[in-house]
Amino acid sequence: MADVLAAEETVGNPGINIAIFGVFVLITLYITFRASRTNRSATDYYAAGRTISATQNGLAISGDYLSAASFLGIAGAIAVFGYDGFLYSIGFLVAWLVALLLVAELMRNTARFTMADVLAFRMRQRPVRTAAAISTLVVSLFYLLAQMSGAGGLVTLLLGVKGEAAQALVVILVGALMIFYVLVGGMRGTTYVQVIKATLLLAGALVITVWVLAKYGFNPSSVLGGAADTAGAKVLDPGNQYGISNASKLDFVSLALALVLGTAGLPHVLMRFYTVPTAKDARRSVQWAIWLIGIFYLMSLVIGYGAGALVGPERILGAPGAVNAAAPLLAFELGGTVLLGIIAGVAFATILAVVAGLTITASASFAHDVYANVIKKGEVPPNGEIKVARITAIVIGAIAIGLGILALQAGLNIAFLVALAFAIAASANLPTILYSLFWKRFTTQGALWSIYGGLISSVVLIIFSPVVSGAAVNPATGKSTSMIQDVDFHWFPLNNPGLVSIPLAFVLGWLGTVLTKEKADGDKWAELEVRSLTGIGAEKAVQH
Amino acid sequence: MTAPNDRRTLTSEEYRQAQDSAEFTELRKRFRSFVVPTTVAFLVWYFLYVLLSTYAPSFMETKVLGNINLGVLLGLGQFVTTFLITQLYVRHASRSMDPIAEDMRERLEQHEFAAGTTSEEARRG
Repeated sequence: MADVLAAEETVGNPGINIAIFGVFVLITLYITFRASRTNRSATDYYAAGRTISATQNGLAISGDYLSAASFLGIAGAIAVFGYDGFLYSIGFLVAWLVALLLVAELMRNTARFTMADVLAFRMRQRPVRTAAAISTLVVSLFYLLAQMSGAGGLVTLLLGVKGEAAQALVVILVGALMIFYVLVGGMRGTTYVQVIKATLLLAGALVITVWVLAKYGFNPSSVLGGAADTAGAKVLDPGNQYGISNASKLDFVSLALALVLGTAGLPHVLMRFYTVPTAKDARRSVQWAIWLIGIFYLMSLVIGYGAGALVGPERILGAPGAVNAAAPLLAFELGGTVLLGIIAGVAFATILAVVAGLTITASASFAHDVYANVIKKGEVPPNGEIKVARITAIVIGAIAIGLGILALQAGLNIAFLVALAFAIAASANLPTILYSLFWKRFTTQGALWSIYGGLISSVVLIIFSPVVSGAAVNPATGKSTSMIQDVDFHWFPLNNPGLVSIPLAFVLGWLGTVLTKEKADGDKWAELEVRSLTGIGAEKAVQH
Repeated sequence: MTAPNDRRTLTSEEYRQAQDSAEFTELRKRFRSFVVPTTVAFLVWYFLYVLLSTYAPSFMETKVLGNINLGVLLGLGQFVTTFLITQLYVRHASRSMDPIAEDMRERLEQHEFAAGTTSEEARRG
């Protein structure tokens, strides 16, 4: 099998991979077309008429959340770095408690379509909506970059596509499909794509997990032992990736903070709460999501250590797609071309579903917050808003395709890139969401300072971190892990900005509030609090 | 059953009255008395785990069962507590929060929280 890798740099049979992927595309296109029949109003387009059931929404949330980063990135991180990769899955899961306990139901009760609906509820509309829309667009684009980068790596590995032009063509194809789902199917179509994808992903992961366990007599300790035998005993211990220096240890804590506080600030996750009929359904859909995501991460522990044991970190790192290739390589090792083809199809479905979810969120935020409420001050015919949302989806899709083509060059772990999106979301969005929902005195100035402060500080710290420039050159590859080679303008020592930017955003929100003469609107606070806890006045499901 | 055009939107006054009511105070208390301590607890437990993994690696390397060390076990413990808190919260919310919320919602729809509303007016809604 090693010779397959060496000879062609392609694993498996591209024909089978493409065929399986084609079947998935055909099925989802059919469903998207059917879903489009009920798309009439903005509520249909953005929120699927609020008629998605809690179970479906739970699956769709998992579909949205278990991105290529979770499927490929975490398994890869565990395979290569062992224990330190495990932290990603724990942080990504525990974060859901913040969403469940503090955010999901209250947001469902008070907002219509976007995060800004809640943030601007008792504030001056235009500046707060603009700020929330900007942060939504930045977080979504960062997340899209991670997904498209995953698509690039995967394409190289699975389809045997060589040459930059051919790879670019595949990314364009993926992007075009995603735009199509969003334009035609709206939120309903996107939701169905995510439900199908989540089901396939969980089934695929289950097959690999059981297979790996079966190889080791269903004894998890033996799987770990196998990984230790192939990859060295150190994979079982903490500190492989982050234990090297004091800075890297702090980086680990920073990453942990961003992971646990990021989820409840992700705009595309928040938007899923508006697709269900009531807050109780929002609660139940998060309950579903937590169980599905948790079980998936438990399986990815087995998949990751299984890949470490059966494939080995050297072959994983040597493959195109590097760390992200662990799960596909394991599938090939276990079940040959057919299982690899299935996993390839699942991985493509994953990327398609997640980018579609991100695109609809970003386009909704632009059309609903910036166009309808800021530019037109609410004076738009309902169809005008959807039209703008569709145009925005095309623009964002085009940007994502462009970024995806650029990202083909980068060999960064996608779980890591996604962690950066989490850090930005945790800094720019979460403090304002929590203050808006729980702090009576919170004011417009506080909201603006917190959103812009969190957004700017996290992005600036990333730009001047080793992620972008100046990371040490890896002797094995001869390349630095930074995005830009041979230049060094970094001064911030951590890869993840969360440790600085998240507390800063909380402090700025507080400072902005206490330093303004403006008084919080008591009437609006009463309305927000009563609505958020009782659900009175919450948007109802659309009857067709 | 009120026809849609008979329905008034709730006034600020009504929201204020509802917010000041005893049942809303109770609803908020039940919500916060579960959510606040639980959030503090799981965040402390999560960061304890992260800090132990970072700054006490030799403690986490302690082998417990075969190749399974303390770090992996505590990590799995994070999964267990997350599942547990989820179930406890869903139960708490549906048993002790939903009934008050539903009751208040109905009465708000009937405009029973409007100041000076006679029972006659409230019934006509």
